[in-house]
Amino acid sequence: MPQRQLTGTRIRERRMMLGMRQTDLARDVDISASYLNLIEHNRRRIGGKLLLGIARALGVEPSALTEGAEAALISTLREARAADPTAGAETDALEDFAGRFPGWAQLLERRHRRVLELERTVETLSDRLTHDPHLAAALHEMISTITAIRSTAAILAETKGLEPEWRDRFHRNINEDADRLAHSAKALVGYLDSNEDEEEFELSSPQDELDAFLGDSGYHMPVLEQGGEVDVDSLIAQQDVLQSAAARAMARTYLGRYAKDARTMPLIQTIAALSQHGLDPSALARHFETDLATVMRRLAEIPESAAGSPVGLVSCDASGTMTFRKALNGFMLPRFGAACPLWPLFRALSRPMMPVVQVVRQAGRGGGVFRTYSIAQPSAPVSFDEPPLFEAYMLILPVEAGERTRDLPAEVGVSCRICPRENCPGRREPSILTDGF
Amino acid sequence: MGKHVLVIEDEPNIIEAISFILSRDGWRVDTHSNGHDAVSVVNAKSPDLVILDVMLPGRSGYDILSDLREADRTRELPVLMLTARGQSKDREMAQKIGASRFMTKPFSNAEVLEVVRQLVP
Repeated sequence: MPQRQLTGTRIRERRMMLGMRQTDLARDVDISASYLNLIEHNRRRIGGKLLLGIARALGVEPSALTEGAEAALISTLREARAADPTAGAETDALEDFAGRFPGWAQLLERRHRRVLELERTVETLSDRLTHDPHLAAALHEMISTITAIRSTAAILAETKGLEPEWRDRFHRNINEDADRLAHSAKALVGYLDSNEDEEEFELSSPQDELDAFLGDSGYHMPVLEQGGEVDVDSLIAQQDVLQSAAARAMARTYLGRYAKDARTMPLIQTIAALSQHGLDPSALARHFETDLATVMRRLAEIPESAAGSPVGLVSCDASGTMTFRKALNGFMLPRFGAACPLWPLFRALSRPMMPVVQVVRQAGRGGGVFRTYSIAQPSAPVSFDEPPLFEAYMLILPVEAGERTRDLPAEVGVSCRICPRENCPGRREPSILTDGF
Repeated sequence: MGKHVLVIEDEPNIIEAISFILSRDGWRVDTHSNGHDAVSVVNAKSPDLVILDVMLPGRSGYDILSDLREADRTRELPVLMLTARGQSKDREMAQKIGASRFMTKPFSNAEVLEVVRQLVP
């Protein structure tokens, strides 16, 4: 008889809500106060005429007394038992437990749900354990804390006649561990959500090594701005951060293109053109008679003092894989995994050679607004022999406070895993930013 | 006097919970929380069973177990290893070095009790 025993709890709650004394309700339905007391404490089952009478006296539908939110609670407790059958939790005592100790039951339910959420999170991230030592340490700490909470909660829930000193002690432990868990979880999200401190991270891929090299140099290479021949290999050889042959090869490609861009848009002339056109990629492209991608790269290559504003740039190849990342404050770029599919960068990729300008704001990033310019164009000269391969660029410029924009900012994210946007049509996977995690 | 277990784990609230459930089950429980001197503590305490965390400050549980298995005195000592990682290579590593059993966090109290009772009947 599911949930029947909880009917008493609901009767008691409803009576107390109405400010009605137990004796008055008992008299109204023609039973003794002591019998009503037994019913209210779920010691006597109730149904039929007496239930109808009590419901009438309390001014509610009988179903409001026999069905309630406890159904979900009991269902979760049942799941918790099924998840750990070896604990020996008594199935037939479940409803009695939920009815007589609703606070404890809810605590257990919440802990169970929390453990399930965290287990899912751990599962999602587990493939990175072997690649990211910082993450491995953070997850180890979280799992240890979860273990402590699980063991302690089980002791509290399952130990009959637990002495008050022990009970208080374990309450304190759970409280401490819950705080630690919240702190660890926030720190972990901060780690996943940030690339501002990348130098502290282990470099786990050639792309990481290249990013570190470019970050160290401020994305500006004075030696390539002179216009003469430069020994790129010797420049690369001086960079300790370029450890792998693959990273050195990527750096060689990048620096070759940088040198070509610098010849097309020499620094002095670019600074002069900026004073005339501002950070307007179209005007600069016309001025130098070059393509938009070259202008975007060049704006990311010159020092911020020359550009007059922070400049961010991302590029991706035809698969959507990011091949260049220069972040700026307030617009985060994911360190691992794929970026937000709502970025104009990917819209440009689906419409080659069609420039896209869009004002955006990143969800959960403090409200900074950015104007983005995106373009997808062939990555190499086009020929009749094979279909062109496209690459896309997105230039990111901050919109100054007070500056007016034609359209409202479109909300975009960083990466699904750490994005708080709800009901997002572009979501690939659930976010770990739920319930304050 | 019950059977004697030494819990080597650096998380204090896990130590407290395990100690509580084992004590209530009749075990005499000693605890230790760093890897540096864990081997000498095992030798000094001579427990019937060791519960050993893999990730300890100072020294890894694998290294500690390896030392225990090399010494005649502790070669057969039952050791239950605890780890936050459940990957097969971790399990294989524990078995290779000579762990009696391997348990992945987060474990339940009932699982711990069942395993320690099996290891020291």
